[in-house]
Amino acid sequence: MAEYLVDIKNERLSFFTPAGEVKALNDVSIHLSEGEVLGIVGESGSGKSVTAYSLMGLTAHPGKLIGGTLEFNGHYINDMTEKDMRKIRGNEVSLIFQDPMTSLNPVYTIGNQIEEVILLHTDKNKKQAHERAKELLELVGINEPEKRLKQYPHELSGGMRQRVMIAIALACEPKLLIADEPTTALDVTIQAQILELMMELKDKLGMAIIMITHDLGIVASMCEKIAVMYAGKIVEYGTTDEIFYEPKHEYTKGLLKSIPRLDAEEHERLVPIEGTPVDMLNPPKGCPFAPRCDSCMKICLREMPPVTEFGDTHYTQCWLNQKAQFEGGKVQ
Amino acid sequence: MAKYVVKRIAMAIVTIWAVATLTFFLMNMVPGGPFLSEKAVSPQAMAALEAKYGLDKPLSEQYVTYMTDALHGDFGDSLKQRGRTVMSIIQTKFPVSAKVGGMSILVAFCVGVPLGCVAALNRGKFLDNLISVIATCGIAVPSFVVCTVLMYFLGVNLKLLPTFGLTSWKHYVMPVMALSFYPMAYIMRLMRSSMLDVLGQDYMRTARAKGLGQFKILFKHALRNAILPVITYLGPLTAYTLVGSFIVEKIFTIPGLGGEFVGSITSRDYTVIMGTTIFLAALMVVMNVIVDILYKIVDPRIKLN
Repeated sequence: MAEYLVDIKNERLSFFTPAGEVKALNDVSIHLSEGEVLGIVGESGSGKSVTAYSLMGLTAHPGKLIGGTLEFNGHYINDMTEKDMRKIRGNEVSLIFQDPMTSLNPVYTIGNQIEEVILLHTDKNKKQAHERAKELLELVGINEPEKRLKQYPHELSGGMRQRVMIAIALACEPKLLIADEPTTALDVTIQAQILELMMELKDKLGMAIIMITHDLGIVASMCEKIAVMYAGKIVEYGTTDEIFYEPKHEYTKGLLKSIPRLDAEEHERLVPIEGTPVDMLNPPKGCPFAPRCDSCMKICLREMPPVTEFGDTHYTQCWLNQKAQFEGGKVQ
Repeated sequence: MAKYVVKRIAMAIVTIWAVATLTFFLMNMVPGGPFLSEKAVSPQAMAALEAKYGLDKPLSEQYVTYMTDALHGDFGDSLKQRGRTVMSIIQTKFPVSAKVGGMSILVAFCVGVPLGCVAALNRGKFLDNLISVIATCGIAVPSFVVCTVLMYFLGVNLKLLPTFGLTSWKHYVMPVMALSFYPMAYIMRLMRSSMLDVLGQDYMRTARAKGLGQFKILFKHALRNAILPVITYLGPLTAYTLVGSFIVEKIFTIPGLGGEFVGSITSRDYTVIMGTTIFLAALMVVMNVIVDILYKIVDPRIKLN
């Protein structure tokens, strides 16, 4: 048995577009134990979703895994064929998406879409699958499941559809649930309900969750560990407390400063991170965040910083931390 | 549902009435008449003929008479084809056209849909380009050219197929090919673009994330959504194709209804013009109702009212 449920080591993944190679993931390492919740935060295009999708073998067309090893639940994803991948998708690892309005097929009933995945991965017959689907709808808190199973997606509200998506994802009791911005498209009260439901189900079923989001609020309340991604790299990784109370990377600090706070003074303004995300076609030579960093040093523009570790769980890639270590005499 | 049917029938009656009225007056505004020919007819004979068919009466009276008769199912006699009623012309010629037309729609659908899908799935690759070229040709090349080319190669040069008549299955091959070329090309293009649209939808990603195989993803999740625009097009197409094509029927000497549409106009055969036009309008209305119902079956989001 592998040590971790998910063990991604030094993953490199590029999209080979007509305009050139886009290094979507550059040396990304993530590990996750059973039942753990990991949050991946970062802005659009930082590689959050790509990391998670590659774990399911769902990298979109011009994308190609070019380095590193991916291990999930004892499977070596690198060596798996598409056919073997299909056996774990929706079964051992499931995915829920951002927009529940468009994630369900409009021309089939809810029942059909839930039963489909049960029939695919288990040897239940149609009747048993129907029963299971009913159970699942109850589990995700949908009333009148018998009636709902016969309805079409357009007859349900956004929150309900996301519950249905969760029901589909949980149909085969996966070990890992990947939630790709599961609440972005929902309004705030529904968001809270969906997140609460996910946490409840996690405790009930004991699955691990990878939560992809750019909402730090969600991460703070749900996740045990956080990976902060920027331009295809994990710039900081740590437990939730470490990230929120002792952020080491300038980008993480910037993100935290840009969250509205309840206890803020009147007229206090939010501090945005200046500048624009990097052009992934022509990434800068040094640290990708350097052009936007307030504390940028000469070396930052020249060379990618090495990893600085703080204890077992917390690490970052930033020259400032290297400097602190040099000055403290702790040369690695 | 009952309310819907009643509403549709009412709308159908209004539509057909409008088409009939418009055709009636437009037809009479066109100079010339059924009894003009190169050989001069004596004024007395002309007057007698016009009196026989009621053409000497004022237009409004002719209109009322025609409509009343039509409502009783009497579409009159042909003015040019002696001894034949309009009904009997349609009854004998429509089945011929419908058989050829029906087969060509079937061919267009069965070839167009898969090829459109193949093109979408191979977007930007050789196969897609090849299919696009075929589709463009199908839409750009007029049917008389298609007929002539087919006839020249398959009929005259290779002597594989007969070039006229409709007596064996071999006779059907060329007319059906010629008739189906345009709709096939059109369906291919429709199918390609709607398939591309569907392939990019989120629910396709959901289907993949469920672990479904390529076959099921394509046939269950994509096709049913992508086929909707084709169904819309199929309604009017079926109506037009079933009544036959003037050009194809002329070239392959098929005794179908298509020739009557054009022939009746050039010969000012008023009753046949009216009869064929009303027939086409009725067929069109019926096809549209069928399409609406099919639409509802394929896409549950559509409401019938």
